[in-house]
Amino acid sequence: MTPILQVVDLCHTYGEGTPFCHDALQNISFSIEEGEFVGIIGHTGSGKSTLIQHLNCLAKPSSGQILFRGEDVWKDKAFTRDVRFRVGLVFQYPEYQLFEETVYDDIAFGPKNMGLSKEEIDRRVRRAAGFVGIPEENLQKSPFDLSGGQKRRAAIAGVIAMEPQVLILDEPTAGLDPAGGEKILQNIRAYQKALNATVIMVSHSMEEVAACADRLIVLNEGAVAMMGTPHEVFSHAQELEKIGLDVPQVTRVFLRLRQLGMDVDPAVYNIKDAVSALMKYRGVNADA
Amino acid sequence: METKAISVEQLNFAYAGGEDTPTVQVFENLDFSVEEGSFVAVLGRNGCGKSTLAKHFNAILLPSGGKVSVFSMDTSDEDALLDIRKCVGMVFQNPDNQIISNVVEEDVAFAPENLGIPRDEIRRRVDEALEIVGMTKYKNHAPHLLSGGQKQRIAIAGVIAMRPKCIVLDEPTAMLDPRGRREVMETIRRLNEESKITVVLITHHMAEAALADRVVVMEHGNILADGTPKEVFSQVQRLKDARLTVPETTQLLYELNQNGYDFSLDSLSVEECAQAIYKTFA
Repeated sequence: MTPILQVVDLCHTYGEGTPFCHDALQNISFSIEEGEFVGIIGHTGSGKSTLIQHLNCLAKPSSGQILFRGEDVWKDKAFTRDVRFRVGLVFQYPEYQLFEETVYDDIAFGPKNMGLSKEEIDRRVRRAAGFVGIPEENLQKSPFDLSGGQKRRAAIAGVIAMEPQVLILDEPTAGLDPAGGEKILQNIRAYQKALNATVIMVSHSMEEVAACADRLIVLNEGAVAMMGTPHEVFSHAQELEKIGLDVPQVTRVFLRLRQLGMDVDPAVYNIKDAVSALMKYRGVNADA
Repeated sequence: METKAISVEQLNFAYAGGEDTPTVQVFENLDFSVEEGSFVAVLGRNGCGKSTLAKHFNAILLPSGGKVSVFSMDTSDEDALLDIRKCVGMVFQNPDNQIISNVVEEDVAFAPENLGIPRDEIRRRVDEALEIVGMTKYKNHAPHLLSGGQKQRIAIAGVIAMRPKCIVLDEPTAMLDPRGRREVMETIRRLNEESKITVVLITHHMAEAALADRVVVMEHGNILADGTPKEVFSQVQRLKDARLTVPETTQLLYELNQNGYDFSLDSLSVEECAQAIYKTFA
């Protein structure tokens, strides 16, 4: 099957022909399958934001291609516009972009622009609000009267209401408390499951991508440094540290256990696996 | 006798409501204090009152009842306002909202310029502040072209250049990548250890809070737990009930205890945690 998104030899140069000319992306290639949850990690300035802007046609490649279901997203104007609706992008701190008088109108803004019927818009607004857990009675409130976490969810609902097949989120949990962050991740997974949507999430929290993503893409200096399952990627702790990233704290504990001479998997990246790895280790050694 | 950097006595505060919005009572008779020279981390869910409390520390907000003093100055004393603001510097979450100049060193010089400090002294302070945050080589750069971590360090330098006795940081690493977080946390720790600046750090990152001398957990405008990081984080169930998390190290030991082990929950660092597991398992 054709991957839903393919990035082929993508290069992007900012300020070409000026003294500030800077290669933000260099020869990036990867593909993303339908229904996947992909985490993108990389230090600030590694090209993450530039990359995701390409995925919904906010930035145009200096060279290379972005393919949506096998077709170049820039092949003609109508297709580009269509891709922008099919690939929804939630920016960092999306609550700063709330602007309508009511939460309802704000969520309805995207679907309205798609030219949908009033009934369909209403259905989508209510469904999107449901995904992110905004109660019915909050829909007529001003978005500015909501709490920080609720505002964030309302803003995400605004993108979800367009029912994109690919949902891209740039640090969706930044600045939220752990419980609020976890709730948003649950919302995103609920949406993914219900529509078999593809999710691409940029995050600075290694623990978070470890918990959510099927696959990780690691960017460094505008190029792909690593790509693979969290297990594969987090087994390269040293390389990750060198490029300004990290591994989850529990992975560091296991690395240290290994140095101390225990034969455990050094790429354990969540608490659940850590506990079962240790229980198994105990079992094996008790039998011996 | 140790002096208090910040002392909060019987604080009452409410955000006044409007036509459609109800009044929100944040604090009722809250007592809290910070020793001079200490490094205190404040944790709590969004809306628990952390930031509201922080804004009382340099008179951005004033108590509606009770008293807040910083270095023995009452924050409601208008004549002391300038001195209070000089004493307690604030750093916020979003570096983009805190940077005003087109050149890094001018931005850092902004506060001392406003304090009417002589030119040579400003020069010295700016150089020193940039040195402390490790940004000297960027002094002639444009701030908007820097990374988030770099911008946040510039914002911190701008505060340090005022030579405050206390710095209050409200989620300074929320927008940063792991390296930016490390840089900023390293800078904060150095300010506390080497420059003896009192630090109040509001954060959602449990691993960052674990670096402080003292951790205070807030819930609904009250203090839920207060003690050393080890004392606070070993109360895993209590923190979970307040819908907070603990560092992964503590979480791992806690989960192992659920499986019949008997680990003490005060092994916070990766090394301590690994050693504790090694002793039991190997």
